[in-house]
Amino acid sequence: MTRISVKVDGVRYSDDVEPRTLLVHYLRETLGKVGTVVGCDTSNCGACTVHVDGRSVKSCNMLAVQADGREVTTIEGIATDGGLHPMQQAFHECHALQCGYCTPGMIMQAIDLVGENPDASEEEIREGMEGNLCRCTGYQNIVRAVQQAAGVMAGQAASSSQAGE
Amino acid sequence: MTAVDDRPTTEVGTARVRKEDQRLITGRTKWTDNIQLPGMLHLAMVRSPFAHANIGAIDTTAAQDAEGVVAVFTGKDLADDQGVNINAWPITPDQLTPTHLPVAVERVACAGEIVAVVVARSAAAARDAAELVDVEWAELPAVLDLKEAAADAVLAHPDLGTNKSALWRLDSAEQGSGGDVDEAIAKARESGIVIEREYRQQRLIPAFMEPRSTVVDPTGEQLVVWSSTQVPHILRFALAATTGVPESKIRVIAPDVGGGFGGKLQTTPEEFATFAVARRLGKPCKYTETRSETMISCHHGRDQWQKLTLSAEKDGTVTGLKVELLADLGAYVAIVGGGVPVLGAWMFNSIYKFPAYQFNCQTVLTNKTWVDAYRGAGRPEATFAIERMMDELAAEVGADPIAIREKNWITHEEFPFTTVAGMTYDSGNYEAATAKALELFGYDELREEQRRRRESGDPVQLGIGVSTFTEMCGLAPSRVLGSLSYGAGGWESASIRMLATGTVEVVSGATPHGQGHETAWSQIVADRLGVPFENVEVLHGDTQVAPKGLDTYGSRSLVVGGEAIVRAADKVIEKARPIAAHLLEASVDDIEFESGRFTVKGTDQGMGLTDLALAAFTCHNFPEGVEPNLDADATYDPVAFSFPHGTHLCAMEVDTETGATTMRKYVCVDDIGTIINPLIVEGQVHGGLVQGIAQALWEEAVFDDQGTLVSGSFVDYTLPTSADTISFVTDHTSSPSTTNTLGTKGVGEAGTIASTPAVVNAVVDAIRHLGIDDIQMPCTPERVWRAIQSAGESSGGSVPEQAQEHFAAGGLNQDPGAGSPEPPTASTTAGENA
Ligand code: FES
Ligand code: FES
Repeated sequence: MTRISVKVDGVRYSDDVEPRTLLVHYLRETLGKVGTVVGCDTSNCGACTVHVDGRSVKSCNMLAVQADGREVTTIEGIATDGGLHPMQQAFHECHALQCGYCTPGMIMQAIDLVGENPDASEEEIREGMEGNLCRCTGYQNIVRAVQQAAGVMAGQAASSSQAGE
Repeated sequence: MTAVDDRPTTEVGTARVRKEDQRLITGRTKWTDNIQLPGMLHLAMVRSPFAHANIGAIDTTAAQDAEGVVAVFTGKDLADDQGVNINAWPITPDQLTPTHLPVAVERVACAGEIVAVVVARSAAAARDAAELVDVEWAELPAVLDLKEAAADAVLAHPDLGTNKSALWRLDSAEQGSGGDVDEAIAKARESGIVIEREYRQQRLIPAFMEPRSTVVDPTGEQLVVWSSTQVPHILRFALAATTGVPESKIRVIAPDVGGGFGGKLQTTPEEFATFAVARRLGKPCKYTETRSETMISCHHGRDQWQKLTLSAEKDGTVTGLKVELLADLGAYVAIVGGGVPVLGAWMFNSIYKFPAYQFNCQTVLTNKTWVDAYRGAGRPEATFAIERMMDELAAEVGADPIAIREKNWITHEEFPFTTVAGMTYDSGNYEAATAKALELFGYDELREEQRRRRESGDPVQLGIGVSTFTEMCGLAPSRVLGSLSYGAGGWESASIRMLATGTVEVVSGATPHGQGHETAWSQIVADRLGVPFENVEVLHGDTQVAPKGLDTYGSRSLVVGGEAIVRAADKVIEKARPIAAHLLEASVDDIEFESGRFTVKGTDQGMGLTDLALAAFTCHNFPEGVEPNLDADATYDPVAFSFPHGTHLCAMEVDTETGATTMRKYVCVDDIGTIINPLIVEGQVHGGLVQGIAQALWEEAVFDDQGTLVSGSFVDYTLPTSADTISFVTDHTSSPSTTNTLGTKGVGEAGTIASTPAVVNAVVDAIRHLGIDDIQMPCTPERVWRAIQSAGESSGGSVPEQAQEHFAAGGLNQDPGAGSPEPPTASTTAGENA
């Protein structure tokens, strides 16, 4: 057992974990963060995507011990002040989910993608989301949602940087 | 309290965003694997690595001794009460149906079969200990190839004496719905056109995103089963019918279910094993499969050889169609089993006026994963075959593929139309859908571009694929199902409960797993009862809440389940009418109902339906002899199947130097009658299209010659990604159904059914001038390239079946060049060659 300290969705945790425990299993089984899900055993599907120190990571592809001292954000931690994150809102408005199983990972990946490339084209979005599989939507509305959220997030960034000046 | 506010005049037809999204986008979900109960134990399965083997001694001592292990059960240990996995549709009275035990006892008939169950305090401990179970295997010869299996040289189940399970036939002359097909073909051989082809429907894996999971809690008076299933009601029935536990002691719940596509239309060995173990131990038990287990042990789909003979006059007027199918059942006859290919029997003739028709289906057992419903189930296979054949006929006649279809299809004046297969299509307008699709597609311009590229010898050729499909869904009048020996009815059930405070509960026996029922049912009920959309709560997926139901598959939820809801709503109104008359002191005959309000004819007196619900709750002033509640149930047995149709057009670019294919444009115009929610419909169409396109271009379940599934993970089973696909143009025409109140038709499978032939027709059309008339699916760049290389020699571009490489370094999913020196590296990325 190894002791790790990790901040998840704003809360600090300290736990003993088996060194082989994957981050996704730590999140789901130890912390009860079951909003993050597992879709495969080969790191292909992206259903388990979370942010570690602000960048997207497939949490089945990382050991819990590797998260020691770092900050993890899951789908459960991105809505603020009772309001949805613009990406969540856009997924809802654009009907970018059906069964919703891929959705937590999609949203986390999409936030990272837009953060890196606020003006991503359809093709760039399609390539940036390639590591996240969805069997229901055919991706078209996911791409639309990412485009819509990118617009909203750019607007928010602009107004908050103005506010900060 | 009246119900009128600023909601849209009608909910039906409004693109409402979905109610169910809120929890799904915030991670507030209840997937079965999320469930934790006090004292819960975890299961791991010991599975056969062999396709066919006798089970010798099983040594469980090491596993039993491992830390955290509570118990290990072999098939023998569970034999008395584990139940059996049933086939619900014996397609013929003499069908051979090998017994399918959840945990095998003496012999396994395919890789992945369960032979022992390890129970431990954690899933990890159970999995570790499963590795320690030592099974003595005595390998038996396995039959893996479908055609070889049909020859009976090696037997999948030696005790049966043959691999042939059942032969099912529909003959239009015999049943009196048309002429004699052999005569038609003989005549065409003399003086007309005969087209003979053999097509392969490769084996697919449903690959829903949520791996299956089951939790069984035996600690109460009822055994409570949560399962990631499309069919909680059928699971409850099957558990009760085969384990001896009374049905009234079983409650099955399908909580949030992460996709199904037919893949969760099954009662699975894993569910039965978990049920048996939980009963033995008296502790809550959970089993969640890994993705690799899903791939091998969840039923597969398709897998047919299709031999087709089409006869026509010289001018392209069709005269007959003969279909001979070999359908792989896999190792067992699954719950629908041979019924899946048989569902195609009424669909090969499609929208065309064949005077003579015959359908033959031989189902065959092999030592591979069992095969059952996958999105479309029998109709995609049929649609693929006929739409490919119509293109072949067009090529033979030298006509445009649209013109050849137009010459042969049922015109809109001819509805209702009884087909040569004996089905009566209620409504449709193939001309209208096609005209709209041609325009959106820019058909003439693309044909012109195709001509230019041909003439200039462009290495990248353009092909245009047409698919004017119809399908039958919404299973179906129960008496029809009965006449086909289907083991259940086709009805669906609904209840509406009018709550005292003005909200409404709608209970449906259909069980969604991504379809958006909560939203669509709310829209229907909001209109029907005149209550706000937000005030309707839809409940489903729990046999205690929704005790009667036949669940969700075959695009039946709206056309059957939706109609049950409409009827329950109408009953509520009729129940409320005499109460309204009493409270308004008027005669029942003078009471009118509109937009949620009862009024007295010719006066301004009235009262809202929800006020009546409160009046029923208090019951202070009620008419004599009237029961004090407005709630109503309805069970609806459909009077007919539902026949959506549409025209799909696909433009593919084919690089003749590399075999790479690129989708340039895809347009579909579907006629699904009345649309309840355009947003949900669009989503269904998009997702359906990608699944159908994936069959055409990418997906295949490949076994090696040992019977091991080579494409057994997402590394090798090449699901399309966002980078592999394009944005589609989707639109609609509408011929409302005449067989249900709202005029709706099913849409859940349409995209999948229509798109596969559209894509393959386009690929073939791009290179037909090189002498190619077929590419076997999936049309990988390698197959296309080989077909081009050997053009004129043979058709099909057949290559030994092998898994595609996936996620090659620096490449996209479907990078054909990975790992092989030839053909030249190419990619199937949308837009790359454009
Ligand atoms: S579960 Fe992590 S990538 Fe599939
Ligand atoms: S919404 Fe079902 S997998 Fe994406």
